[in-house]
Amino acid sequence: MKIRLERIAIARSGDKGDAANVGVIALIEDAWPILVREVTEARVGEHFAAVCKGRVERFELPNLGALNFLLHESLGGGGTVSLMLDAQGKTFASSLLELEIDAPEEVVSLCDRVRTGELSGR
Amino acid sequence: MSERIVRVASGQGFWGDWQEAPKLQVRTGPIDYLMLDYLAEITMSILQKQRERDPTAGYARDFVPLIAGLTPELLGRGIRVVSNAGGVNPDGCRRALFEALEEIPTSRPLRVAVVSGDDLIDRLDSLLRDGHELRNMETGEPLSAVRDRVQAANAYIGAAPIIEALRMEADVVITGRSTDTALTYAPLIHEHGWAADDWDRIAAGVVAGHINECGAQATGGNTLFDWRGVNLEAPGYPIIEMAADGTFTVTKHADLGGRVTWATVTEQLVYEMGDPVEYITPDCIADFSTIQLRDLGENRVAISGVRGRERTGMLKVSIAYRDGWKATGSLVYAAPDALDKAIRADEILRARLERLGLEFAEIRTEFVGAGACTGRSPDLLPEAVRKGLPEVELRVGVRSADRDAVERFTRELAPLILAGPPSVTGFAAGRPRVQEIMAYWPALIDRDAVERDLEVEVSHA
Repeated sequence: MKIRLERIAIARSGDKGDAANVGVIALIEDAWPILVREVTEARVGEHFAAVCKGRVERFELPNLGALNFLLHESLGGGGTVSLMLDAQGKTFASSLLELEIDAPEEVVSLCDRVRTGELSGR
Repeated sequence: MSERIVRVASGQGFWGDWQEAPKLQVRTGPIDYLMLDYLAEITMSILQKQRERDPTAGYARDFVPLIAGLTPELLGRGIRVVSNAGGVNPDGCRRALFEALEEIPTSRPLRVAVVSGDDLIDRLDSLLRDGHELRNMETGEPLSAVRDRVQAANAYIGAAPIIEALRMEADVVITGRSTDTALTYAPLIHEHGWAADDWDRIAAGVVAGHINECGAQATGGNTLFDWRGVNLEAPGYPIIEMAADGTFTVTKHADLGGRVTWATVTEQLVYEMGDPVEYITPDCIADFSTIQLRDLGENRVAISGVRGRERTGMLKVSIAYRDGWKATGSLVYAAPDALDKAIRADEILRARLERLGLEFAEIRTEFVGAGACTGRSPDLLPEAVRKGLPEVELRVGVRSADRDAVERFTRELAPLILAGPPSVTGFAAGRPRVQEIMAYWPALIDRDAVERDLEVEVSHA
């Protein structure tokens, strides 16, 4: 089924110089392979095309069920050089969670139950 | 197995963080160490500027009344403090603390250590002469290209001087640009007697330090998992409970708000992450792909399995140099057609700047309320959304090597109130401030060139 990434993952973002980092974390173990398949460097680059002028790098953290993205040249120079409202990329995490992905219904419904507290997450 | 646990509590995640947090960490339950992180990349240049104007300044001022006020309790409970509040003037920070303590009765004099030698600004030319080029890690350019504009230069130093200070029985350790994570792992190395090449255990301390260094961000602040459900009115900041074998638990005082779960801790673990297998610190390279995390329930998360590798021969140097001027200002436009009015105002403003013949390296316009955070053009908004916006903030920033051009820009915003599109407000803050830009220049240096000059000195109030 087509869903927004936020149904099966959480995220946090910050800055590393002029690069933004976005960490994406699967809510359950079965959601991890879906992240790996769906949330590719290319799709993330497309999603942030308006701000990301450099390359997108992806790192895998299977132990945490997480992917880490570095979006190079995305913060208008970074630090105090930047004129951007979000010069530290703080809001990039929730923006990425709006990405539309394809995920099996059973995984999505398990994640929904984690969100409601009925099941514990990872 | 030894069951001795050392508790390091986080009390500040940046300069400007919640002042009640460190007091609550001390008063609400048992802790052994309180770590307070005040420094970010740009903080050093701000502090350097303050010291230029006033030789007694250049440190995190909040720290002084906070610690002076807490001293009777710190001594009473045997809690020691490790902080990088010293900024570019750790000695001035201590002097101010001693002065503040004159008013406060304590059971015995407070012993305060100062760590210095990370500040390279006065030695920069001799370092360059000795062949340390301090090339920009991103562009490869040697520092000589901007040498005359350098405002601050500090090496990220490791645990050794903090450990030495603790051995000398300091109650409070004030450092300059100590690595953020070292404020947590130095006391752990000291207490557990870990060897300097025990890479796995030091790496566990680094992971603990990474969890501690942003305060409530590890205990439910900023969480995207059930953010409505977290009580953040009086959040407990993280507490690390470290065992001698390098396994540890992340928790918080039970009587405070906030939340410690697999979600809140993992969110902080990935914050400001680069290559996770190569988290470089002055004391080891930690591998975040080895972290095993288990949610024990009741605000306890267990971490084990952390592996580390040998430290490198280099230290990172954070250099700030003056790189022109900037200003940012805003006006608010109300419905109907709030976005269209803001767009028209921006066009008028830009035309006026052009007529004045002003040169800018960049003019950036954002429409706050219409997708500024995403950076996407408001033209991509669905027509219904675009039409339905109750108000839009026009936010314009400029950057230039010419201070006069930026100064002139700050005078061009207000005229739009009368000589611009209708339904405008939000200029109460007045003319935007012209700010000097401090650009960041990350470099590496041989660790010996810095470490031979590190000094630790303890004295009492």
